[in-house]
Amino acid sequence: MNTLLSYSFSSLATYFHNWLQSMIGNGILLTITELVIVGVVLLVFLILLAFFLGYMERKVAAFMEIRLGPNRVGPKGTLQIVADTVKLLFKEGFTPDAADKFLFNLAPGIIITTALLAVAPIAFARGFQIWDINIGVLYISSVSSMAVIGILMAGWSSSNKYSLIGAMRCGAQIVSYELSIGLSLVSIVVLTGSLSLNDIVESQANGWWIFKGHIPVMIAFVVFVIASTAEINRAPFDLVEADQELTGGFNTEYAGMKFAMFLMAEYINLFVVSAVAATIFLGGWMPFHIGGLTGFNHVMDYIPSSVWFFGKTLFIIFIIMQFRWTFPRLRIDQLLNLEWKYLLPISMVNVLLVTLMAIMGWHL
Amino acid sequence: MILGEEDYITEEGEFVVNMGPQHPSTHGVLRLKVWLDGETIKKVEPHLGYIHRSIEKMSESLSYRQYGYLTSRMDYLSAHINNLACALVVEKALQVEVPARAQAIRIVIGELTRIGSHLLWFASAGLDLGGVTPFFYAFREREAINSIMDENCGARLTQNFMVPGGIVYDVRPDFQSRVKEVLKQFKDNFHEYNEILTGNVIFQNRLKDVGILTKEDAIAFGCTGPTARASGLSCDIRKMYPYDGYEKLQFDEVISTGCDSWARYEVRMAEMLQSVRIIEQLIDNIPEGDIVAKTKNVIKLPKGEFYQRVETARGELGVYIVSDGGASPYRCKYRSPNFANLSAIPHIARGYKIGDLIAIMATIDLIIPDIDR
Repeated sequence: MNTLLSYSFSSLATYFHNWLQSMIGNGILLTITELVIVGVVLLVFLILLAFFLGYMERKVAAFMEIRLGPNRVGPKGTLQIVADTVKLLFKEGFTPDAADKFLFNLAPGIIITTALLAVAPIAFARGFQIWDINIGVLYISSVSSMAVIGILMAGWSSSNKYSLIGAMRCGAQIVSYELSIGLSLVSIVVLTGSLSLNDIVESQANGWWIFKGHIPVMIAFVVFVIASTAEINRAPFDLVEADQELTGGFNTEYAGMKFAMFLMAEYINLFVVSAVAATIFLGGWMPFHIGGLTGFNHVMDYIPSSVWFFGKTLFIIFIIMQFRWTFPRLRIDQLLNLEWKYLLPISMVNVLLVTLMAIMGWHL
Repeated sequence: MILGEEDYITEEGEFVVNMGPQHPSTHGVLRLKVWLDGETIKKVEPHLGYIHRSIEKMSESLSYRQYGYLTSRMDYLSAHINNLACALVVEKALQVEVPARAQAIRIVIGELTRIGSHLLWFASAGLDLGGVTPFFYAFREREAINSIMDENCGARLTQNFMVPGGIVYDVRPDFQSRVKEVLKQFKDNFHEYNEILTGNVIFQNRLKDVGILTKEDAIAFGCTGPTARASGLSCDIRKMYPYDGYEKLQFDEVISTGCDSWARYEVRMAEMLQSVRIIEQLIDNIPEGDIVAKTKNVIKLPKGEFYQRVETARGELGVYIVSDGGASPYRCKYRSPNFANLSAIPHIARGYKIGDLIAIMATIDLIIPDIDR
């Protein structure tokens, strides 16, 4: 029973590795095979995840808007998103005449690549991590900030004024909000003393940071959720797209699968920021424990670690989706004011508080 | 730049964007040529004519019973009130006494139209500012109002109900109970609008101090309706020049001195409640009797000029008829509220951001077919 409770996916991976080794002797070939397998599995997983999040978004929207949502294609409308994907596949991948064709076609690739890269260091369950890098937090924040290049590229190369305005907004927005995200991540790094996502999860075995970090970590969590909603350009911070102002912003000229790639990148980014928030603040795959209640804690231990991780992630995704269907959009100057006048000063003071807390050892 | 660079870049750093005729928030085929400096608006120039159907000219070949039907295609959200204006001008010329029952039903239907129109404005104002959810809340009630229109007038849009002398059909027996049901639903749900949009800080910040239209400007541009009343200008035709029995009713003219988009928002929200008040006074007191006054089969207006104004959901609609004594107007001219309200946009949008232009358009509540006619 105990082996089930502390089951680590690393043993499965080791077994698989040994089996492959017995099949393929060559070291380099083995590495390449493993990379390809992991890549394909990850891609399939993320596409399915994007499908699921697309379906979830429609249902959450319907729930907020007193309507039913998709309910015709497949049981309870679950296949609606598949039908939409098929439709997008058959649409013409149109490139405008005046567009910079190379950059125009490269941009969706860059955006989706940066979205996929950021998934690598996330710990999905106990011992289930694609790349256990010791600077995971730094890696995620740096890779995800590269998305701005793709969006700028898309906006510029479209040769459309609305796209260009959207791209310029994106530059201002993402660069600003990165600071707050970085500072709220730093506050946990200060407490943990490690940049590795695995270490951060392990450090929460005796309590999630949001509980044992007191008020400063809660502030960091709220700042992180707000700033990452802005970072991934979701409403109410979707100025980059802003349908009502810019008729679609940076992706106005995109159609078919190129547009689908933007859409998929949006959902993968949504998953990544929620997963990071769940990992850093809500204990990742660590179960929920209440000190003293051994019976309760034992029951919680029976829930698999992957369920904990995805449960927490989906909870944050649900909150971010509710933002989108509740709030109107901010104006560009209000957006920048929010960051530079409120979030950034709060985060800076907060980091000082957290550092003080770490030095005095109040968080233990 | 396919559209010819020399026409569109006039000065170093200037950026010209055509907002419309196909644009999500121009609500139709309005084209605004916007000169931008970064995000800031330097100049706005409206271009009209994309939906001109020459309704005024067509009216010259239609009889006085027919010409009103075209006005349902002008401001399609105030179709009944437009029809009423056309009916009233004929009644005025012929000096026909409209039966009390017809008058009461006209007012009830007219005020329901006003609520429905303001509901659609509320929905699209939320939508324009990026909030999708309010749309569904408002359409829930608008749907109920549309069902009443459907049952009694036979149409949900471009309704035609008011004819010279009264109304075209009598209302159904369950009219009163259905209207009361809708009013109850509206009043029960009204607080949800305030929760989802009015109370939202982001929404308030988007509208407050945006698009200042001073009282002097409102008068100078000929703005009317809620747009002008939000600038402190008392201009409700129902109060100033009561028509069709409005003088007997108790209601307040909603005036705000805020002058900004937020004031325009508040005025419209309060107007809906005033319309409810008007309907509540009438709905239990609809007298029995005729629904239409006796007129000749072929209506011929005496020679002369006739003018009648009414308060539509967007402001003052004036119908000006020149008659040569024949069976159709010699000349027909509509003074439409949206045309005058639109003319204020270039003035009040200058210096604000692109997002503010959307907020200004949303709160001025333009209906494009009414501008072009």
